[in-house]
Amino acid sequence: MSYTPHTDADRDAMLAAIGIESPENLFDPLPASARLSGLLSLPERLDEISLVHHMRDLASRNAGASRLVSFLGAGLYDHFSPAVVDAVISRGEFATSYTPYQPELSQGMLQAIYEFQSLVCALTGMDMANASMYDGATAAAEAALMLVDAANRRQVVVARSVHPHYRQVLQTYCTAADVSLVECPYGDGVTDAQEFRSSVTDATACVVVQYPNFFGCLEDLSALLNHCQTVGARTVVVTDPVSLGLLKPPGAYGADVVVGEGQGLGCPIGFGGPLLGFFAFKSEFQRRFPGRIVGMTQDGSGRRGFTMTLRTREQDIRRERATSNICTNEALVALAANVYLCSLGPRGLRQVADLCLQKAHYAADVLTKECSVKLAFGAPFFKEFALYVDTRTPVHDLCRALRGDGYLAGYPLGDAYPELHNALLVAVTEKRTREQIDGLAAAVVRHMGRGGA
Amino acid sequence: MELPDDLLYTRTHEWVRLDGTTATVGITDHAQCELGDVVYVELPDQGATLERDAVFGTVESVKAVSDLYAPVSGTVAEVNGALADQTELVNQSPYGEGWMVRLTVAPDCDTSHLMSAQEYERYVQESGH
Amino acid sequence: MEPLVFEKSVSGRIAARLPDCDVPHVDAGDLLGSGSVRETLDLPEMSELDVVRHFTRLSHRNYAIDLGFYPLGSCTMKYNPKVHEMLARLDGFTDVHPLQPEETAQGALTVIHAMERILAEIAGMEAACLQPAAGAHGELVSLMMVRQYHRSRGDTDRNVILVADSAHGTNPASAARCGFSVRSVPSNDRGLTDLGALRSMLDGSVAALMLTNPNTLGLFESDVQEICRLIHEAGGLMYCDGANMNAIVGVARPGDMGFDVMHFNLHKTFSTPHGGGGPGCGAIAVGRELEPFLPVPRIADRGDGQLHLEYGRPHTIGRAHSFYGAFLVAVRAYAYIRSLGAAGLRQVAETAVLNANYVRARLRGHYEIPHDRTCMHEVVISASRQKSRHGVRALDISKRLMDYGFHPPTNYFPLVVPEALMIEPTETESRETLDAFCDALIAIARECETEPDLVRSAPHTTVVSRLDETAAVKQLNVRWTPPEQETSV
Repeated sequence: MSYTPHTDADRDAMLAAIGIESPENLFDPLPASARLSGLLSLPERLDEISLVHHMRDLASRNAGASRLVSFLGAGLYDHFSPAVVDAVISRGEFATSYTPYQPELSQGMLQAIYEFQSLVCALTGMDMANASMYDGATAAAEAALMLVDAANRRQVVVARSVHPHYRQVLQTYCTAADVSLVECPYGDGVTDAQEFRSSVTDATACVVVQYPNFFGCLEDLSALLNHCQTVGARTVVVTDPVSLGLLKPPGAYGADVVVGEGQGLGCPIGFGGPLLGFFAFKSEFQRRFPGRIVGMTQDGSGRRGFTMTLRTREQDIRRERATSNICTNEALVALAANVYLCSLGPRGLRQVADLCLQKAHYAADVLTKECSVKLAFGAPFFKEFALYVDTRTPVHDLCRALRGDGYLAGYPLGDAYPELHNALLVAVTEKRTREQIDGLAAAVVRHMGRGGA
Repeated sequence: MELPDDLLYTRTHEWVRLDGTTATVGITDHAQCELGDVVYVELPDQGATLERDAVFGTVESVKAVSDLYAPVSGTVAEVNGALADQTELVNQSPYGEGWMVRLTVAPDCDTSHLMSAQEYERYVQESGH
Repeated sequence: MEPLVFEKSVSGRIAARLPDCDVPHVDAGDLLGSGSVRETLDLPEMSELDVVRHFTRLSHRNYAIDLGFYPLGSCTMKYNPKVHEMLARLDGFTDVHPLQPEETAQGALTVIHAMERILAEIAGMEAACLQPAAGAHGELVSLMMVRQYHRSRGDTDRNVILVADSAHGTNPASAARCGFSVRSVPSNDRGLTDLGALRSMLDGSVAALMLTNPNTLGLFESDVQEICRLIHEAGGLMYCDGANMNAIVGVARPGDMGFDVMHFNLHKTFSTPHGGGGPGCGAIAVGRELEPFLPVPRIADRGDGQLHLEYGRPHTIGRAHSFYGAFLVAVRAYAYIRSLGAAGLRQVAETAVLNANYVRARLRGHYEIPHDRTCMHEVVISASRQKSRHGVRALDISKRLMDYGFHPPTNYFPLVVPEALMIEPTETESRETLDAFCDALIAIARECETEPDLVRSAPHTTVVSRLDETAAVKQLNVRWTPPEQETSV
């Protein structure tokens, strides 16, 4: 089987036109010693029927949210995506196009990106947004490095309540760039105000905080950002775009850069990729931000058109002095987010956020009332909350038992926070029903016995 | 290509007008032509000290970035603030309103490495750019 | 013109049908603190039909492989088979969470693990990792490993990355991101790395040389083994920018040539859709010496019938992505490789090279071809003759190609060729398509002589003509803002 179209007659005619005898001669520029003798050692080829069978078999060896009732979040969430989203991004006109270097042939994607940028600005309350980043973690790392470059200070402070993987990626990027990274501890589910004030000084280029944070809790953003302002440190706020259907946006608190993971906006969890990093910023950084941006302009006849702009920051023009090396981003996922946000509108997104909020609080109530678990933190939370599990039952054992009942109960926090070894992070989205939540609570009671208040 | 006789030129397409201890610097008509519409000019702070051949700023069009090199050593006495929002002056009047910096230079400022208008014209033709 | 979604918005419309709240409802302000709740949110309000029509109309304003020939050099715009789209949408792949217990995600781990082994085999290297999200990300991660490798040996003064002057801009940009300084290695008059110049640049400061092979002129670096030997002798490492793997996949392996580390672009060589600029996947492969530095987690087969995520690796550079990379992109690439097999992949390279050389042969005499000898998967031609004789530039010819129904080649790259037009036909294009494209370029060459203004003012048939890019920068408008509210009495 092959996707190549040539018949033997085509091939002969083409070789004759080139003036060579055999296809082998095409590789004459390769010294024999640099060539592979024989074929690669790869698994046997599959026809389409066998391929589909093989892939279905592999897929069936995963038990995801379509087979288990999922309360697992920790950065990626089982949100609802209307069918229209996938219908649009499946269109070959979008999916099989490339980066819109030639605007005359790419107005569709360019306009969609412009709309995406505008939507991100509206959600986050920021001046400008780029065309997307790889994911939330790399968006946060790029934001921090941009602010380091802008500040002539070489220290970044990250709250320990930021997603552990984001902190790890930040560490990877900071190490390579010789930037020091300092972690600031949390108190009752949110960043410890006093520790924060002593960690963030006039040597700090920027601070990275998350809102709602990894534990689902709402940081006191205005206090944190006020302190940053007094010492001249800039701020990166990592946020969940779904929460912004309800929450006052980080831009309203004065954040310099707002980044996050856009997966919840119509993108499948997909074992963690591809994802959608978004990156919104104050306009003072318009010559420094990483990645692509689309602007509106006109053609010679005064027709409105869109084109990539502010291009001289980028690697293909400025090479080693580019503000970042990113070029390919996540355009098709950004398109999905655009379609998602248009389908929901302000009332729909607010409703989704409110459903998450209500159901998460209902779940927290039911679980803490009926089971021997209690809330780990007292801070207000959005759609995710941490539970302390009775220490007689290791969290992993409880999760395994609940899996047997058909539940993915959440994320064992001890995997990333040794001090929270008996805590479980539970996420509740708009897709969970009261029946499922009650079912989870009943299953917990079965395994741990009744408890609570 | 306009090339005033009273200026001196560099191989990196800057011009310099020497008037006592003041050296006014900009980019040539040829350079602005090659760049196309200038959209951004980045200039040093007043008071900055520049060594000859040091990069003192950049000039950008939509799809190109060029470094600016100091033709002579000196201290930045003045920068052309108008270029902050009227970058088109570089295209419209490269030797006039599109000037970039004024340097205070030593009275015995060495200019022997710079080209005359005729030499620069020949240089541009020969190098084909 | 298609209005913006914001301009189509009508207050009160909504497309999505969401569930009612089935739990007791508490005021959001009471739960979150009243100061935390937002008052306004300017998103568009549309019906589902509004949404569908809007995006369908936008799609009609976009060129794509599914519509026609897209010979964008260095980008490998080959056909993206439809079955892969169906497979990447199977519930068992889309619904699985990366933090699920390993035993519930064995299918997903198997795909990643199998892909890593396949890519290592194609690279001729020890191991591979799918974590980087794009080619540039793969470069960045690789250079982080290079940095760590030298430091782990106490070799802390290696702060220079050598980059060919024909290299992609991402190479120097990635190097700078890791704190390296960049030195450019010139090409010789045959369009290949100048060995003499390279020798003179070698000293104890060289951390690595980044080489694209075949290079961006579409030429195979026939001295590659000698180049690797020289760099290794100087204590440096060899990085292969794998953007051009389509030319040699199954024919030659970077590891066998002497490279230590490389990246693949699964969205190029292995046919996953480019999606208008992403998502991609910039998988990397490494030799034995760099393997300990790979990002975590690794996927380990401990022989117990299960695959495991492994974190305890002391030399790792750390984590480079939120999770394990673009898994659903890897699913498509895996399906592609499985449907071709070893012989099929070799045929990919052979046909890609055949097609590029056929285009070269057909355009000879009509355009200048700076290196008119057997090329690999792409051919770089130059419009310098058209520019000097008729004042028509590569950009104009590119725009005119649109009127003939084709996407233009990459232009003005590589930088070492003036008025460059870089044509990469890929293996999936038929002879008729290549002929029609070459006929169009030949017709345009004639138009340059007879009607240069027609070419200079192209395109004439697209939904917009050339845009004012200067105004786009100077009157920057990168987001919609609501029109000023008129005060009503």
